[in-house]
Formats: sequence, structure tokens, C-alpha cells
Amino acid sequence: MMLETVSERLSLKCKCCWENLKREVTGGYAGDLLSDVMANSSAGNIWVTRQVHQNIVAVAALKEHAAIVIVQGATPEKETLDKATKEGIPILVADMGEFEVVGRLHRLLYPDQG
Amino acid sequence: MPRYEYSRYLQGRYEVHGRDFVDAGLVSSQIKKSLKDKGIHEDIIRRIAIIAFEAEVNIISYATFGTISYYLLPDSIVFEAIDEGQGIDDIEQALEEGFSTADDSIREMGFGAGMGLSNIKKSSDVFEITSEIGRGTCVKSIIMLNGKE
Repeated sequence: MMLETVSERLSLKCKCCWENLKREVTGGYAGDLLSDVMANSSAGNIWVTRQVHQNIVAVAALKEHAAIVIVQGATPEKETLDKATKEGIPILVADMGEFEVVGRLHRLLYPDQG
Repeated sequence: MPRYEYSRYLQGRYEVHGRDFVDAGLVSSQIKKSLKDKGIHEDIIRRIAIIAFEAEVNIISYATFGTISYYLLPDSIVFEAIDEGQGIDDIEQALEEGFSTADDSIREMGFGAGMGLSNIKKSSDVFEITSEIGRGTCVKSIIMLNGKE
């Protein structure tokens, strides 16, 4: 599914790299422990997290994530957006909490799994 | 570790500075780019990215200074992270998943989950760690290419 569609359906607010919203999302991963995300997420994933500092961009870039979704309406730090812009990784903000974002995202990406 | 001399296969050596969380991941991305440019298989790159990131974050979190090097041999990649720092008291314990000596400032950023060394070990075909209290730690990893070049 296109990242743009995911963003619209979950009413996410794009904070940078609008030009990269036309990319394919292969799945998702949720986590706030960077080692966990490094070890277990995959390329093309949309990563859902509550972390807002710039190191999340390093992880997303290394893992070639499609985008980062920051939950609970949290504001990404300026350095995070600067780095994300440089790396071309869209940062999207959701007003909902992590549980709800992940639930909706899962239903959207895997409608057959209930 | 291979008994033969592998220093002539050095591809890159990078400096990492303690507490420099701003640049965390920079060396890992440079190594990843270097491997991509050399046409290394993406499965291998994926594993080395994990190893490099964890080793880099460990140096930043616990050491004052360190170097990360990698060597491209005909059949494998050797990865080395050598630091000057506090060292590890009980290596067996440090390798346990979930064990960490990270302080709150490190944990708040989502580091220090006690997964670093075990992630490195899991991603390696051969893993070796030596450490001396008050001196530093040396992590070595070998990833076999198994025809994936």
C-alpha cells in the first residue's frame, strides 16, 4: 500500500519529506527500543514510535524504513526533522496513542487478518 | 578468528567518540554505504548494519573513544570495534539479553535495553569479545559470505 494512502487514512500529519510519500509500505513495526527495531524491523516498514530524538532517523535510514510515525501528537525535535529531510525519510505524526495507531495500521495493511 | 593475517584486507576504519549521541549511526551508515558500493549482498549488509550500529552505540555509551574497522576477505567480512573505556566486568552477564548498565539518560533515548551485544552475537557467524576493566573492550565479528557477494 502507498504511504500516501496510509497517511490519509490514519489522518497523519506529515512533518517532512512530502515528496517521498509515494512509496510502498511493506509492513510495519512498533517499538521504542532502538535495538529491538534494529534487530526486528524490515526495509519498507512504517515504524511507529514514541521517540522523538534524532537517533530514530539513523535507525530508520539504516533499516530503509518507508517512514516513521510518531504517536500521541508528540513533536519531533528540530534536529530530527533536519536529519530526516537529509535522509529522505518522511516523519508523520499521529494524534492517537501507539496502541490505536498500530491497530488501525494493521487493519489497513492486512484487511484479511481481521 | 582466522589464524591468518587479515589486516591487508582493511576496507575502512572509523573513529567513534564517547557520548556523541548526535552522530550515533553515522559510522554505521558509512559502512553500509561502503558495502553497498562494493556490491555486497543485501542480506550480509543487513546483518552488518545491526552489528555496526550496536557496536557504535556501545562505544558512544560506555567508552571515551573507539575505532570501528572492517575487512573484506575472499570468503568473509571481519568486523572489529576496539574502544578505550571502562571495560566490562562480567562478559557473560553483559551478553545476557536485557542486562544493561546504561544510565537513565541513555535509556530515555531508547538505548540501553540490554540487547546490543546479543544482537551483535546473533548477527555474527563468529563472535569474540575481550575486555579489560579500566582499559577497554574489543568486539570482533565474522560474517561468512557463503557465495553471497
